Amino acid sequence: MEIVIPQLLTGLAGASSLFLIASGLTIIFGVTRIVNFSHGSLMMLGAYIGWSILTRLPRDPEWFVLGVLAAALATAAIGVVLEITVLRRVYRAPELFQLLATFGVVLVLQDVTLWLWGAVELPLPRPRWLRGFVEIAGSRLPLYDLILIGIGPLVLGLLWLALHRTRWGTLVRAATLDRGMVAALGVDQRLLFTSVFALGAGLAGLGGALSLPNSSANLGIDLSVITDAFVVVVVGGLGSLTGAFVASLLIGVLQAFGIMLLPKITLVLVFLVMAVVLVFRPNGLLGRPQAEAREAALPAPVVRAAPRELRLLGLAVLLLAAAAPFLAGDYALSVLTDACVAILFAVSLHFMMGPGGMASFGHAAWFGIGAYAAGLLLHWLGTPMPFGLLAAPLAGGLFAALFGWFVVRLSGVYLSMLTLAFAQITWAISFQWVEVTAGDNGLLGVWPPEWARSPRVYYWLALGLAAGVALLLRRVLYAPYGYALRAARDSSPRAQSIGLDVPRLRMVALVIAGASCGLGGALFSYAKGGVFPTYISIAHSVEALLMVLLGGLQTMAGPIVGALIYTGLADLLVRSTDLWRLVLGAVIVVLVIAFPEGIAGAVRRLWLRGREA
Amino acid sequence: MSTLVVQGLRKSFGGVRAVSDVSFHVAPGEMLALIGPNGAGKSTCFNMVGGQLPPDAGTVLLEGRPITGLSPRAIAHRGVGRTFQITATFGSMTVRENVQMALLAHRREIWQFWRPVAGRHADKADALLDQVGLAAQADRATSVLAYGDLKRLELAIALGNGPRLLLMDEPTAGMAPAERVALMQLTRRLATERGMAVLFTEHDMDVVFDVSDRILVLNRGQLMAEGNGASIRANPAVREVYLGSGATSGGH
Repeated sequence: MEIVIPQLLTGLAGASSLFLIASGLTIIFGVTRIVNFSHGSLMMLGAYIGWSILTRLPRDPEWFVLGVLAAALATAAIGVVLEITVLRRVYRAPELFQLLATFGVVLVLQDVTLWLWGAVELPLPRPRWLRGFVEIAGSRLPLYDLILIGIGPLVLGLLWLALHRTRWGTLVRAATLDRGMVAALGVDQRLLFTSVFALGAGLAGLGGALSLPNSSANLGIDLSVITDAFVVVVVGGLGSLTGAFVASLLIGVLQAFGIMLLPKITLVLVFLVMAVVLVFRPNGLLGRPQAEAREAALPAPVVRAAPRELRLLGLAVLLLAAAAPFLAGDYALSVLTDACVAILFAVSLHFMMGPGGMASFGHAAWFGIGAYAAGLLLHWLGTPMPFGLLAAPLAGGLFAALFGWFVVRLSGVYLSMLTLAFAQITWAISFQWVEVTAGDNGLLGVWPPEWARSPRVYYWLALGLAAGVALLLRRVLYAPYGYALRAARDSSPRAQSIGLDVPRLRMVALVIAGASCGLGGALFSYAKGGVFPTYISIAHSVEALLMVLLGGLQTMAGPIVGALIYTGLADLLVRSTDLWRLVLGAVIVVLVIAFPEGIAGAVRRLWLRGREA
Repeated sequence: MSTLVVQGLRKSFGGVRAVSDVSFHVAPGEMLALIGPNGAGKSTCFNMVGGQLPPDAGTVLLEGRPITGLSPRAIAHRGVGRTFQITATFGSMTVRENVQMALLAHRREIWQFWRPVAGRHADKADALLDQVGLAAQADRATSVLAYGDLKRLELAIALGNGPRLLLMDEPTAGMAPAERVALMQLTRRLATERGMAVLFTEHDMDVVFDVSDRILVLNRGQLMAEGNGASIRANPAVREVYLGSGATSGGH
């Protein structure tokens, strides 16, 4: 007992913090249908602003409360600016582009924060009253944890009142159910959306400031928090406030006990809970099925083989790429090798996401599985590279099949979230199973054999594999299977009624994507000489999304163009400026606003302008 | 032998009996209309035949073989085509490719990863498009078709697996009156030519009386009348609950 109660209360305190973040995220999603990747960044800003304010104020409780509220208000104001400058311009874009834009904001805010407050972690010196303890059932409990435990239900109550007792709240609830109808009734949507975003940002800021006494303001908050918040929101059901509350209790308590009992697999446990919940309740604990959007997304344009001129251009580029070792130095060759890996990474994601209609937030999982398959084989069994390059796609495909067994029935955001969950589980295993994977240190000495060690030969190998896989996937997409996959995406009821096995089509797409991506992972590992858990990070998964979406989903060349542009841009930025995240993020945001159909899509549209019947 | 035999079909949602004890049959080449006021159980009936809903009780026989509770996919493979109330076509394909898909699926040539689709069964697809009057639009994008043309495309797709039974859920919903009659007369002709049984639900009484051989009237989940146009029109009980007293045909 003396262990259970304090641990339970710690869990409840954690649950309150989670709820502050998740409630804002879920309300914003409910009304605007945007999954706001930058919500964690808003919390991070809240923490930094809170630190700046609180360290300048007297250290009494009443000043603490005022300071925290001021931080929340300041974050809300930042939220308003964000909504007006960025989000408002992408409400009509496809949902993945919105996500991409908010991820651009994450990058920008990361550099802005770094620039304003520096890289050093900023702990808040705790005044005496915050260090107090309360004796409950024979155990000493931190006073501040008890305060936090009270804040969760308090905020839930206030939000409930705001949503059920005010005109504004009625509008928010109505917009969550059917925003088209709310617009038809003549409600000013802009004001509604801005105010909702401000509220969500304010809650995140509040959460950030309140987290200070127990931790610190640091640059890792944004991505770590957003993952937890996604889990809570998805488990609770997107758009459901009560669901978010219940889920944050569940996850908070689970984390507290997990850390005590099975510290190594806590993260795995959390994501497993999410996976189990989604298998049994595909819309989360208290979520409703997403209503069909009335303003239907742009109809996918007809996929036709590229015009002859473009195909000739592609051939010319391929020939130029093959001749590159005679023209470029070793550094350029290593960047080009990276670009080949990026092409594998992007075309495999495009395969499942474009024609397959299954957006993945965790594509790095297959990359990492391929990399570790090759790395572990070499490390433990001394298996040489050719077999590693064979084992990697096999492993990627196998795990994709296992995972696919329970995701092919899900759709939309939930499917994306489960792929994210799977990637995080894979990451946690690679990070924490130190005896086998060497954890954070990574597997080192993963080099190619003698004959492939020169940058030139290795580049040709990478180019051959990347071009081969890309052409193979293209071939598959123009074959009956590829058409059937696209048919299942276009209209699942129609596909079934002509006798297509939709789940199986999608399953095979996942396996193909997983295998191709796994090959990319292995190729990357041999090029870098090591395998590290960072290969499976969220940031890496987002890179894949960026490449595909930058290039555009609707053309087969899109992911390749995207991969090349992204690799070039990233390399250029990293070399030329310290603020590369800021520039990259801003470029992403601008691109999403300017080309909602991707770069290759825009080129194609200009090319075909007036030629399409 | 009847193409479709439905016996004692029953379905409840919660405590509500949506369909209770409905039995009927459709002969080859026959067009059977399923009508009734909103909430009568037409769509439920329809979805149980098509495999979208499993029935609580009852059997569905297609040419003497039970298809009760099979998946839509399995039912499609046994020779049932269907069109949807809100048109469902493959938006990222051309008109011809839409029909080619149906042909490939019917011949079980889907799991091929190498030979391109282009040109495969194109003659057969064009012939089907010609039958529904879309031959001239074969190369156009599906997304630019007029609504009436989409409905006809759906019909061509449904014909792609050479169905013995065609299920049409409100085939003329959302169409202009002149187009409605044209589409259903086309269906009528195809049904006769191919000896294909057609079961359809419809709100437009002009269409119903014009093309159907027989009419079933559902009310509150129960079959309340069955007969040809004249007998249904004359049936006082039907007039009472469905057409309203003193009703004429032609309500939209």
